[in-house]
Amino acid sequence: MQLTVWTYEGPPHVGAIRIATAMTDVHYVLHAPQGDTYADLLFTMIERRDQRTPVTYTTFQARDLGGDTAEIFQSACRDAHQRFQPAAMLVGASCTAELLQDNPAGLATALNLPIPVVPLELPSYQKKENWGASETFYRLARALLAGRAQGYVRPERAAGTRPSCNLLGPTALGFRHRDDITEVTRLLAALGVDVNVVAPLGASAADLARLPDADFNISLYPEIADVTVRWLERTFRQSTVRIVPIGVGATTDFIAEVIKVAGLDPAVAERAIPSRLPWYSRSVDSTYLTGKRVFIFGDATHVIAAARIATEEMGFTVVGIGTYTREFAREVRELAGKLGVEALISEDYLEVEARIAELQPELVLGTQMERHIAKRLRIGCAVISAPVHVQDFPARYAPQMGFEGANVIFDTWIHPLMMGLEEHLIGMFRGDFEFSDSATPSHLGAGHGSHMATQTSPVVPDIAMPEPAPVAAATMPPAATGASIIWANEAELELKKIPFFVRGKARRNTERFAILQGLELITVDTLYDAKAHFGR
Amino acid sequence: MTAHAPITAASGCSEPVVQRQRGQHAVFCGLTGIIWMHRKIQDAFFLVVGSRTCAHLIQSAAGVMIFAEPRFATAIIEERDLAGLADAHEELDRVVDQLLSRRPDIRLLFLVGSCPSEVIKLDLCRAAQRLDKRFNPDCRVLSYSGSGIETTFTQGEDAALAAMVPSLPAKAADSPASLLVVGALADVVEDQFRRIFTDLGIGDVAFFPPRRSTDLPAIGPGTRMLLAQPFLAETARLLEGRGATRLSAPFPLGVEGTSAWLDAAAAAFGIGQAAFDAATAAPRERAARAMERYRPQLAGKSIFFFPDSQLEAPLARFLANEAGMRIVEVGMPYLHRQHMAPDMGLLPAGTLITEGADVDQQLDRCRAARPDLVVCGLGLANPLEAEGLNTKWSIELVFTPIQGYEQAGDLAELFVRPFNRKQRLSVQLPAKAATHQAAAPTGGA
Repeated sequence: MQLTVWTYEGPPHVGAIRIATAMTDVHYVLHAPQGDTYADLLFTMIERRDQRTPVTYTTFQARDLGGDTAEIFQSACRDAHQRFQPAAMLVGASCTAELLQDNPAGLATALNLPIPVVPLELPSYQKKENWGASETFYRLARALLAGRAQGYVRPERAAGTRPSCNLLGPTALGFRHRDDITEVTRLLAALGVDVNVVAPLGASAADLARLPDADFNISLYPEIADVTVRWLERTFRQSTVRIVPIGVGATTDFIAEVIKVAGLDPAVAERAIPSRLPWYSRSVDSTYLTGKRVFIFGDATHVIAAARIATEEMGFTVVGIGTYTREFAREVRELAGKLGVEALISEDYLEVEARIAELQPELVLGTQMERHIAKRLRIGCAVISAPVHVQDFPARYAPQMGFEGANVIFDTWIHPLMMGLEEHLIGMFRGDFEFSDSATPSHLGAGHGSHMATQTSPVVPDIAMPEPAPVAAATMPPAATGASIIWANEAELELKKIPFFVRGKARRNTERFAILQGLELITVDTLYDAKAHFGR
Repeated sequence: MTAHAPITAASGCSEPVVQRQRGQHAVFCGLTGIIWMHRKIQDAFFLVVGSRTCAHLIQSAAGVMIFAEPRFATAIIEERDLAGLADAHEELDRVVDQLLSRRPDIRLLFLVGSCPSEVIKLDLCRAAQRLDKRFNPDCRVLSYSGSGIETTFTQGEDAALAAMVPSLPAKAADSPASLLVVGALADVVEDQFRRIFTDLGIGDVAFFPPRRSTDLPAIGPGTRMLLAQPFLAETARLLEGRGATRLSAPFPLGVEGTSAWLDAAAAAFGIGQAAFDAATAAPRERAARAMERYRPQLAGKSIFFFPDSQLEAPLARFLANEAGMRIVEVGMPYLHRQHMAPDMGLLPAGTLITEGADVDQQLDRCRAARPDLVVCGLGLANPLEAEGLNTKWSIELVFTPIQGYEQAGDLAELFVRPFNRKQRLSVQLPAKAATHQAAAPTGGA
């Protein structure tokens, strides 16, 4: 049993619902009790979908348990088929029905429905949402391609035809998937590459049956698409582009890889509309960005991409990274090793909060949960990853991928940092009564906490994101190192003149320095000696 | 004195028509009650023993809790817990230790059963007794089930309150009559009612649940209880078992409902018409004035209720009698005929009540009727809006102070707002309104 106050990922059947909802003509019959229907509102409210999710929940009750829950499941399948006329049906159980062992697969098969029926085995007590989405996409693709898989021989692309690819991985309730598809499709068009199928988002069952018609696949979101593209590689001899085009460098590499895989003239790379990011990062105002200490947490794909942008394209210093995606923990650990930091692989936001409090970064790049954490610790934050929130479905076009995505990311990340002269003035005039620690810098909104209160109505907007628990105060305990060091009064007062967001670091550095020097009393001089020793 | 509400459903032509349905429900489970209960009782903590789905459900439905640490959590059952039950109890003890050491301010811990814990027959009652022995008196430990196989949405509150009833202190048999108001109300509403009861001359008034778990009201044969919420069947039964007498009344929504509800208390305490009028005339007149602004915007319009919170019948009564709306259908998860009788008796003759649900069939009826307003859950609201129907989210009616005189106007306004918005918005939807699909700023491929 695990004590969980809040969770980054839902259960695996929610991942399956994300696949069914993404597609146009697939229905999911879920053996589940009343209450599990809450999943519908994730799509209708967070994503503002204008149609019901294509899911029939059997909503069995306690009184049915002694009787025939299997019959309830079968009639739900029959009714759903009759009413919704889907092209394919997913069947499975949620956590409770899994315990009943009614065998949805066998029951659904016995109905002999005139459409492909795909049974899903999603172990609710072991796996989570992204795994469920990945597994569902894979099972569905396999089922719908069963007729073509045996002894498939890839035909040569006819001379003079444009190369084509599939964009795989975007789902319902995905972080900016809607706009990423548009951006990547536009980029590929500029290079002269057609998109055969985008799946699962916006695809029909018939579209999945057309996947082998493309020359190659692009795995846009490995958390969802990786298992499927590996199978497509083996079965249909399609190559895969695995570079996720988030950031200028990654997009440039992506273009080069597409050109290689599609056999295009390298000169077509110049047809893409470039990003403004490289110049903006060199503009003099961006010296504010140089060396800013950032902490990055989210799904593996977005964390890996963000780390590269942060270091190579913004000039930040990455002080910590982590992910809740255990499936890609190895990749994130490797990256952390290269960056010289320790990776935090965890689903427990309390651990993430403790790490942020300890590292005292100047910017957090995270999920909506890290946004809450950063707000409490009074650190700027930009959201880079799912789990999604109603704010992650902006009305405007806001991709993360491609060169336009890099523009969007530049704007989004510097927004919480844009302090300019305000930062200098705060540094120079700590004594100004309006610069007190309790006054939040103007760029972080009007006062701590009230920011959300004014912009959200009571029920919906924060629907996915309750405020979590504070675990640690922003200030570090004195002498965290355990030694018996005393701060002189004047030194304590001098420390308070340092802006709050670097004060914890200054305190720790000074104490570390005192230990190194074998000092027991920290004076104003010790404070400045330590500053000279460690630098900013 | 105003006429006392009839206790049994009126007979003959004025009786509502009740139909029952079985099928797919689109209603939350009882775990959702934790969302308001954990704020109402300020030193209580709700530990759900369930699956990742339970945790995800509460955090998704409880997105309102953005300002402070939630006093709820889930002990997520894992594969290894399913192997042997003895193990699960040890695990639960460990999780409770971890939790209480983190939150020493907690005085009442609820172990909340879920669908999975019910199906694997994890005995939370026994676990609560065991843990209570360990932590009492610093922290009481109780248990109830909020599982979806046994409870719908608001029944979670009923189950939580019912679990508290045995620990209420007993009042001496010869104690003078006292009033107990049962059901969680917004603090402001509670304060308003308390003032009116004081003005009526009813001195000994308590509210259940209390704001602090240690302020438990004593009950006994002298206790007269007024239900403030229409979903408290089990709690009322247990309180009756401890000697309390239930005062039958419509629920305190709107002027009519509030007056009749207060009147039931006045009658039970032998308070005369003059005293009743003196205490209620001013707020009653204020409420009627507040209603005047909204009534013209609702009168004559039709409304359709999907089943959700059990508040549907009293709301329909309010909207029909005080706002002049036409009731197409009142869907309710279940019908407690005794508690609902006073409200049902006040509904217009022949009103259609549907007990239980088959959401697809209900949608068919709703689309056929094209009501002016649909009250439904969040899973249905946007899809129905996209079909051109006006909707009001039912969950908002549970999370908003709507009871009593001073809120009558606010309650009406909640139903006016969708019409108001429709009137204001002249901006046209694009012809093909697949608004969640990709919309490229310029041509794509």
